[in-house]
Amino acid sequence: MTGAILSALASHWWRNPLQLFTLLAGLALATALWSGVQAINAEARSSYDAAAATLGEGQFAQITARDGGPIAHERYIALRRAGWAVSPVIEGRLGRVRLIGLEPLTAPGDLGPVNPEGGADLGAFLAGSGQIFARTETLAQLSDIGVQGVASPDVAPNTALTDIGVAQRLLGRAGQIDRLIVAPDQPLTRPPLAEVAPDLNLSTAQDVSDVARLTDSFHLNLTAFGLLSFAVGLFIVHGAIGLAFEQRRAMVRTLRALGAPLGRLIALMAVELAVLALVAGGIGVALGYAIAAALLPDVAATLRGLYGADVSGQLTLRPVWWLSGLAIALGGTAVAASGALLSLARMPLLSGAHPRAWSMARRQGGQAVLAAALLTLSAVLAIRGQGLVAGFVMLGALLIGGALALPPLLALILSRAEGLARSPVAQWFWADTRQQVPGLSLALMALMLAMAANVGVSTMVSSFRLTFTGFLDQRLASELYVTAEDAGQAAAIIAVAGEHADAILPILSAEREVAGQPAQIFGARDHATYRDNWQFLRAAPDVWDRLARGEGVLINEQMYRRGGLDLGAVIALGPDVTLPVLGIHGDYGNPIGQVIVTEARFRDLFPDVSARQFGLRTDPAEVPALRARLRGEAGVAEGAMIDQSAIKAASLAVFERTFAVTTALNILTLAVAGFAILMSLLTLAAMRVPQLAPVWALGLTRRRLASLDLVRAVVLAALTGALALPLGLGLAWALLAVVNVEAFGWRLPMYLFPLDYLRLGVLALLAAALAALWPAWRLSRMPPAQLLGVFRHER
Amino acid sequence: MLLRLHEVTKTYPDTEAAVLREVSFTLAGGEMLALTGESGSGKSTLLHLIGGLDTADSGTLAIDGTDLSALDDAGRAALRRGTVGVIFQQFNLIPSLNVAANIAFQARLAGRHDPARDRALTDRLGLNDHLHKYPEQLSGGQQQRVAIARTLAAQPKLVLADEPTGNLDEATADTVLSVLTELVGETGAGLILVTHSERLAARLPRRLHLRAGRLT
Repeated sequence: MTGAILSALASHWWRNPLQLFTLLAGLALATALWSGVQAINAEARSSYDAAAATLGEGQFAQITARDGGPIAHERYIALRRAGWAVSPVIEGRLGRVRLIGLEPLTAPGDLGPVNPEGGADLGAFLAGSGQIFARTETLAQLSDIGVQGVASPDVAPNTALTDIGVAQRLLGRAGQIDRLIVAPDQPLTRPPLAEVAPDLNLSTAQDVSDVARLTDSFHLNLTAFGLLSFAVGLFIVHGAIGLAFEQRRAMVRTLRALGAPLGRLIALMAVELAVLALVAGGIGVALGYAIAAALLPDVAATLRGLYGADVSGQLTLRPVWWLSGLAIALGGTAVAASGALLSLARMPLLSGAHPRAWSMARRQGGQAVLAAALLTLSAVLAIRGQGLVAGFVMLGALLIGGALALPPLLALILSRAEGLARSPVAQWFWADTRQQVPGLSLALMALMLAMAANVGVSTMVSSFRLTFTGFLDQRLASELYVTAEDAGQAAAIIAVAGEHADAILPILSAEREVAGQPAQIFGARDHATYRDNWQFLRAAPDVWDRLARGEGVLINEQMYRRGGLDLGAVIALGPDVTLPVLGIHGDYGNPIGQVIVTEARFRDLFPDVSARQFGLRTDPAEVPALRARLRGEAGVAEGAMIDQSAIKAASLAVFERTFAVTTALNILTLAVAGFAILMSLLTLAAMRVPQLAPVWALGLTRRRLASLDLVRAVVLAALTGALALPLGLGLAWALLAVVNVEAFGWRLPMYLFPLDYLRLGVLALLAAALAALWPAWRLSRMPPAQLLGVFRHER
Repeated sequence: MLLRLHEVTKTYPDTEAAVLREVSFTLAGGEMLALTGESGSGKSTLLHLIGGLDTADSGTLAIDGTDLSALDDAGRAALRRGTVGVIFQQFNLIPSLNVAANIAFQARLAGRHDPARDRALTDRLGLNDHLHKYPEQLSGGQQQRVAIARTLAAQPKLVLADEPTGNLDEATADTVLSVLTELVGETGAGLILVTHSERLAARLPRRLHLRAGRLT
């Protein structure tokens, strides 16, 4: 019996390959979008982990030469003899590969793959020509260097590790050391560094999570995009499964009438779907891999440029990733199919055999109520919700509510249009369009979500770019930033700059707890640089004049949000110093609070702190000359001078990469939604014949009917686009003003980009028109006998 | 006795009056009867109850000694597979299976598929030239012959035919009925034929008439 039922179920797909293709393609694309984005995220995160593990970046304190040059071998020996537990490192480039030479006997245990405690073959590492550890793709670039390569997937991308002696030989830098890694446990009796090696500088360990924290912002955006893509995919899968089941209702009834037990029928259909989901999931994972592989170089470049995080440009096929892709395909199918299977299980044996306009089952009244409830929940959470989870629930409720509201709204609009139509053809057109909405609703909802995602993500990224560019202009207004090693060098810098720079802006800073939060307090000189470039999120009138008179302070957004310190709120900076907040400025990327006071006030508060950092204003063309003077006359190391124009140029280039990624994902999502429309139209085409045949018989040509079908698709896409715009803007607002604030403590201002939206609208219309073209062409070529068949089958 | 109905009553929630009222009759194995009545008199409902497609509100209905009211959904499905064969007015062929697969289908479900019997039936019903065609490629008469072959291939003890000639012209209807009665007669199964046509009803040895849900 099972064989007979399975053969009947399978025969449906053989006879309707297009439906099978729709189902598989819908599932595969949904899985691909989701797993592609997840793959990029997973790969990037794994790269950070590898970087942290192999390079020990930020984990350990380091000693470098004050002049930025190499450390002499004798210095290393002297430090070791004095009791310093340090390990030498040399670093350089072999082609495109970053080569790091370590000394495994002295390196801290957590560093690198060659850990003696971990049982690595130390002898081979040290002996003869040595060994080099790197990822397989990196080793491929080092095939001709005469050192034995050892594949090591845990090493950071584009990086190779070897013994310091081998590295010195390969880099042609015999006896040189770039830096010394300082082990965490040091003997208490060791002499101060300045005593043993006054020409060396000790920098303390940084917080390892710095890179992760900065890149979290980027990944949160990608994750949000992944969720959106998955929602689009879920609607497509839901539509494909719903249509497939609808067309098999008659068969299911016949099977039951012939004695097939309902339980076994449903179970076999569930198994059939699971098999299809696994097949489609497999295809989807492969597609997702291709998407991720195509986008990863851009993502890697973006993260490298933006945050200095080295991410592999190549993708690794991780079991967790493709298993989760298959799980998503199965889970998505289960969610999408549960309703259809339940409906079949409840279908009375003696009714419901005729294919209904399938989605009629989704009563629009109930759908409108559900949509209203979800949108209300979203609004309530936007106003009162707290925490990142509430932010994401708000986002989900907004999107699903908005999508569910689409069919009832379309029906309402089309009903109005029908009322306004005068000619009989126009009246039929609007009425018929309204009749098509239930069948197309899921594809249109997918299109709406795709467009909303486009609008939302583009608005967010563009707003981010505008804001960040402005922020860079504000924060990097001075042409050159110089950091002094000590008070003596600071005085020398002031002397040189006093002669050769237009203005010296000392950057005075100290850390102190303010309003119960850790904060940096800055003393700012009253200068046009600040007045001209700084922009406030909120500010009192004459903010700069009042600040210059010492009547208040400026705080950053983090301080304002976390401390609830609005304009006018009074802040205690010392026992007798309380000042009101005059202005609140954006401070993107900074995890802690910031308070800015006048230079004079700062010196009162912190008499022992002198300026070690300076912003120097000068003609940009004079920057190289000024750098040379500072180096020569004040002994400032090259690495202690930062040219702001180079930073700004690099940052802006990075944004272009970010755009490349989001634009590619946007177009892909839109294409998938267009594909969903095409599949829905093709699946519905057979059901449409009985609706079109009478109109054809009454005198409309097939060509006219086909062109009206084309117009119908464009009209529906246009209406969907118009309704998607507010949803997309709502989404952007939610990402910028709710999710970002909850995740990072700062809110990005939202800008509008009408031309971008217009271009998106045109693209969506084009996608809908292209999707409708083939079904319309088939209709225009439909044999009259097929249309006549409708009347022949009538009883 | 193959079939026994005792005071079977059926009411639908959306109708005030009962569709069937205390219907009682019996049918012996190999016996054939025509069930006639006006539209809405309850003929199809009665057939659905006997076929286990629906359940009675009260009364008893037993086929081959099995009380249908004691059966759950799976039990009624087993009855439809093994004991009863229903020929529908709308044929209800599986559109994605070809003629040969459609004919074999119910016998396969019942676990007694016999290819030799399929061949004999297709010979008798003149379907040999259409075995690889799909239902949509057949005329109404041909589709109904496929439906008859499908039912008889499963060798049911009781054949229920719900207006099997309702969509056919008079000549085709006569041919289909002749073949049906002949083949059912050869198997020794019972037959209940629901029809509007007095002419066709007169061709069967026994006749029951339903009026407003009651046998008259």
